[in-house]
Amino acid sequence: MNYAFEMRGGESHIEVHKFRAGAIIIATLLALVIQASFPIHFAQAAVLDLPLMVTIYFGLSRRNPSTGLLLGMLIGLLQDSLSGPTVPLGLYGIAKTIIGYLASSIGARLDTEHPAARFALTAAFFIAHQGLIVLTRRILLAQPEPWFNMHLVAAALVNGLVAVFLFLLLDRLRRN
Amino acid sequence: MIAIPSRHKSLVLLAGVIVLQVLMLAVQIKRDSEGRLIRVWTVGAVSPFERAGSYGFGSIRNAWRHYLALRNTAKENEQIRHENDALKLQISQLQGKAAEADRLAVLLNFRRAHTEVPMIAARVIGAGAGTASLTIELDRGERDGIRKNMGVITPDGVVGKVVEAYPHAAQVLLLTDKDSGVGAMLADSRIQSPVGGQGEPLLAMKYVPNDDTVSVGEHVYTSGMDRIFPRDLPVGTVAEIKPGNPFKQIRIKPAAHLERLEEVLVLLSLRPLEMKNEENPGAAQPSAPGAASPPQAVRR
Repeated sequence: MNYAFEMRGGESHIEVHKFRAGAIIIATLLALVIQASFPIHFAQAAVLDLPLMVTIYFGLSRRNPSTGLLLGMLIGLLQDSLSGPTVPLGLYGIAKTIIGYLASSIGARLDTEHPAARFALTAAFFIAHQGLIVLTRRILLAQPEPWFNMHLVAAALVNGLVAVFLFLLLDRLRRN
Repeated sequence: MIAIPSRHKSLVLLAGVIVLQVLMLAVQIKRDSEGRLIRVWTVGAVSPFERAGSYGFGSIRNAWRHYLALRNTAKENEQIRHENDALKLQISQLQGKAAEADRLAVLLNFRRAHTEVPMIAARVIGAGAGTASLTIELDRGERDGIRKNMGVITPDGVVGKVVEAYPHAAQVLLLTDKDSGVGAMLADSRIQSPVGGQGEPLLAMKYVPNDDTVSVGEHVYTSGMDRIFPRDLPVGTVAEIKPGNPFKQIRIKPAAHLERLEEVLVLLSLRPLEMKNEENPGAAQPSAPGAASPPQAVRR
């Protein structure tokens, strides 16, 4: 077996996946590069948040809150760094740290291998992620941002859908 | 098997990481008017304690001032009350002195304007003890050159004459006394007639025939015929005229404020004097009977 099992209260046989060496780093960097360059050529691609999907995926797969939040922080800070001077370091970092923690925590309790679960979780995390960014902008940066609109819902559905396929690709990076 | 940290440990790590990033945000963000966010937060976090401290110290200070320090307040109040009374008395005295200075200045000016007439200023130190006579007492007497029958005036008009002179005091019979009198004349008609007291505030002008024209408000001056007062000193103003038999009954309101005399001038001469009358130069015209002499002081 290339994966380990962990027993939790009331839960049984929840897998903690391991990945190939450098898989997380390469996937993260690739997601950031694509996220930074893809919308230049395809404006509609701006609704996608590939770094968030990577955070969610590895959080759900590794199922370790500490590593999940640290990975989320790292990806978020890198995204902040690539987002230009208008985005302060920590904006995405805070949001993705929390998402990484939540994904890891949920992944440790639920079976998240099913595509429907992945779709729903990604959509929900996307909305939560946007909510955290708006919260940070409003409270910490005093920047007025709308809490909710239909575009957000549509973007969440699109990200959920894309995540289903992306996660299948990322599954291939698991150590079999 | 992968060792997974405890839930508590990961929560602490989460909190630490979030706080770290929030601080990082705060260091970077610079608000337009308030400076860097970290500074805003620091001030915002510290100022409530500063405010509380200030309020606390202020309360303690106020408590000390308003309650504990009240022990001395009653004593201070008493002291301040005494000082206030003393100051009120002092103000009253100063006001009196100022008024006195004003009156003395008037007297001095009057003396300077009539240097031809020897006179001395005296302070009224008392009034007659009985109601039978209207007299006042002066603080100057024989040693100051005051003699019996000398005239007493103020810049406003005739007051009376000295009836008794003592070494250091003198008694003056006021013009309103029923035994008092002064040679007078009406300013417009130049009719001469003695004016005497009646024991009441108004004087009486006697011996003016019913045929003569006298009007209310007409001024009355000394005629100099009594050989006590120089000519043309104000005596009073005609206040009331009634026909009589055979003479008019004319009441004169005294020119001098006889009811509130404080300083007077005593004419230091028993000889008839002549005064310049600046206020009523027409009264000194030679056409008036008994006014033929020039307006200089005349010694006979």
